Amino acid sequence: MINKIVQTMAEATAGIRDGSVVLLGGFGNIGQPHALIDGLIEQGAKDLTVVSNNAGVGRTGLARLLDLGRVRKIVCSFPRTADPVVFEELYRSGRIELEIVPQGTMAERIRAAGAGIPAFFTATAVGTKLAAGKEEREIAGRKYLLEEALGGDVALLEAWEADRWGNLTYRSSARNFNPIMATAAKETIVQAQHIVELGALDPENIVTPGIYVHRVVHVPYGEPMVP
Amino acid sequence: MVNALDACKPMTRDEMAARLARDIPEGWYVNLGIGAPLKVADYVPPEREVIFQSENGVLGMGPVPEPDKINRWLINAGKQYVTLRTGGSYMHHADSFALIRGGHLDLCVLGAFQVAENGDIANWSTSDNDTAPAVGGAMDLAGGARQLWVLMEHTTKSGDSRLVRRCSYPLTALGAVKRVYTNLAVLDVGEDGFAVHEMVEGLSLDALQDVTDAPLRMANG
Repeated sequence: MINKIVQTMAEATAGIRDGSVVLLGGFGNIGQPHALIDGLIEQGAKDLTVVSNNAGVGRTGLARLLDLGRVRKIVCSFPRTADPVVFEELYRSGRIELEIVPQGTMAERIRAAGAGIPAFFTATAVGTKLAAGKEEREIAGRKYLLEEALGGDVALLEAWEADRWGNLTYRSSARNFNPIMATAAKETIVQAQHIVELGALDPENIVTPGIYVHRVVHVPYGEPMVP
Repeated sequence: MVNALDACKPMTRDEMAARLARDIPEGWYVNLGIGAPLKVADYVPPEREVIFQSENGVLGMGPVPEPDKINRWLINAGKQYVTLRTGGSYMHHADSFALIRGGHLDLCVLGAFQVAENGDIANWSTSDNDTAPAVGGAMDLAGGARQLWVLMEHTTKSGDSRLVRRCSYPLTALGAVKRVYTNLAVLDVGEDGFAVHEMVEGLSLDALQDVTDAPLRMANG
């Protein structure tokens, strides 16, 4: 019997190695798996590269992981938030590497990694600072940049419902990067607000089929913190 | 010359948003950039069906909810709580940006630091090395939507023109801007640079030119 549900955070985060590339779901705090981030902090992996749209708010969650010096590099589109204190401190003092990627290019690079597409051309960022070092090609009269796929060793995600096969649904805009990151990591680990019986999810409404998911931990935390 | 500008009343941010909103026809799919452009939605009357997209995966975004009716999983790209209109839908980030990059949006409205007479836009960084750069979805939106309109003050607080011959700040996209709505005027951006469509009452083209770095001409008709 397939059962991807694990009972403890230690089981959920087991095996995440130093130096891993971690895909972290969420847009701001919404859809960001805070319990799994705390689990990763507890677990101890360091020298991480984190791929996340934002760089953490306040001093909890991702900001705390950064604050503890566990992240070598962050790949994101928008490190600025209402309260980006930790990231700003690290960045100003040169203690974290930053790769800024346009949000849509970041999403597509992740999607491409999950779909077996090693690279693709996009017009986004042509002629800008962010085109530096990238191959430019003219196709049918328009200029494009070559962007490479962006996969991870592990994805940490938040879902709304999950079953023991790892089928997932999401809640409103908390879907964001979670479904594409699920496809793009060697090990996809999910915290779910609700665990349901196999067969309880309407097949028409499953957003992430269980094939992409390796471990699920039940975290019924209630409502998300400020976005 | 200064007196000429003093003779007119520049639009407030709300008036600018309302002016821009008048030009959005029913049926358009529109992304509003974070900041001032978000106000535009407040000035599209509900009986005119315009569908707003938020790049974090919301199509059919509605107004800010009443405090007791907040869905804490539903935010816009500016990370404010919003609502979903009847008929709205959610999608993941790659689909959301496929929609943008694929040219399916009729319009994107962004704020900007500078717009150049060749349609270049600079809106994401002022080269201030003290804080980390943050581009978000601006580059994808500027080059992906069928039309890009910019909503911004005509000059900076210190009086420098934001309508320029060439952008001095880092570019967001090249040749993308089609129209600019400022607190003083509405301008089209075409092959011949900026063409003034409208000015606030009491303002002359000469007075507008005096506060504008790029050359201006009146639009035909």
